[in-house]
Amino acid sequence: MLKHLYDTDCVTWSPQGKLFQVEYAMEAVKQGSICLGLKSSENVVLCSLKRQPSELAGYQEKQFKIDDHMAIAIAGLTADARVLCKYMRTECLEYKYTYESHHPVGRLVFKVAEKSQHKTQSGAKRPYGVGLLVAGIDPNGVHLFETCPSGNYYEYKCQAIGSRSQAARTYFESWFHLFEKSTLEQLVLHGLSAIKKAIMEDEELNEKNVEVGILGKNLKFTHLNAQELKDYIAKLEGFNPNSQIQQE
Amino acid sequence: MYIPVNDMLKHFKQDAPAMANITHKSDQWSPYHDNSGTVLAVGIPGAVIVAGDTRLSNGYNILSRDATKLSQLTDKCVLATAGQYADFIALRKFLQQRLQLYEFQNEVQASTETVAHLLSRELYSRRFFPYYTFNLLAGLDENNHGVVYGYDAIGSYDQMTYGVQGSGQELVVAVLDNQLKGYNKINKTIPQTREEILDIILDCFSCAAERDIHTGDNVEILIITAAGTERIVKPLRKD
Repeated sequence: MLKHLYDTDCVTWSPQGKLFQVEYAMEAVKQGSICLGLKSSENVVLCSLKRQPSELAGYQEKQFKIDDHMAIAIAGLTADARVLCKYMRTECLEYKYTYESHHPVGRLVFKVAEKSQHKTQSGAKRPYGVGLLVAGIDPNGVHLFETCPSGNYYEYKCQAIGSRSQAARTYFESWFHLFEKSTLEQLVLHGLSAIKKAIMEDEELNEKNVEVGILGKNLKFTHLNAQELKDYIAKLEGFNPNSQIQQE
Repeated sequence: MYIPVNDMLKHFKQDAPAMANITHKSDQWSPYHDNSGTVLAVGIPGAVIVAGDTRLSNGYNILSRDATKLSQLTDKCVLATAGQYADFIALRKFLQQRLQLYEFQNEVQASTETVAHLLSRELYSRRFFPYYTFNLLAGLDENNHGVVYGYDAIGSYDQMTYGVQGSGQELVVAVLDNQLKGYNKINKTIPQTREEILDIILDCFSCAAERDIHTGDNVEILIITAAGTERIVKPLRKD
């Protein structure tokens, strides 16, 4: 992206009606490694590709539990994600303390969006440089939300954000009509197939660089462990979504 | 000034005549209610057994026959509380919230020793308006052996092999001293197996229910091991 006039701070509009600082913040999300989410009528699955700064380093975690019924996957500035994660966790704990029930998902996403918007309308602040995929289950049903640095939020059937996410979204466009009735296993395989479309030619999916989190109406949020990931990745070879259509 | 001892009563009565006829008002509102009941906990190698009756009372009235006094805080430890039920609920909520925050920050559940210390500090933080709770914290230590911590209302605590709190405390603890430690026992056989100790605990509650009006209805028993938690409920006298 080239530098523009009118992009020094958040309180200056461009003549075309853009807030460039907010747009640049959304660029930061696009630079993060891919994470995606998809849901059925019973489950939500989050898949992400973990980056390793160097061979000596560990892999950066991209999925965080917010409460038993809710989790996020992040793309962008991890430090900003930590701040939002802590905020969401505290809100959920306080809600549970007061009302003895789980925080409704949409309501919490709204709170995060409000917080994000606040940073786009102040001279001394900058927007959060992170996009979240929020997976959650409440009495209103199964949810997948995306939040933006701009303060917008959207609900999705499935979505991918981050680097090379368009490839994953293209995969989703072909197959999302199957997700509603998919089993948990099928959802995970779809998620991994979508991620596979987005990795570079010389990279391969393995249990170290991929992270899968699952959530269900009777299933608290859990990460798949290394062995389970290996098994799923092995199953990818023989996975054919067409066979799912024939079942129905 | 010097007042001879024999003259003291006369002196004070004259000086402050208003004080002579004072009567104590005993019907001021109290924030405390004793909802009574009995809890006990026994630690053995490899497991800890916590039990509490399920009767909730207020004076001579029964408020509920099915109210739990036990609260599992982590996979490895359980809080058992006798005293005021409202304070038990408040204390339990605080600990549940604080321990979830601990788990988020440390990526691992708090050990029993940590929970024990946290409970003590929370109780002392209310030194000047105490939680009316008499607690036992029972759990597995780092080697998965059973430990029991006993507390007073303001957080003084110590580790014990077994503990009892509540209205049946004096009745039950004497039996446990005899059965589990062999105090004052002629034939000093100490039970070793879980089943023997469970039998003793059930007997203790039956005994307490016989003599203590606030203990009865059901006894709820939780057995914590490294493999998980088992729950048993047995009936007690309902009168």
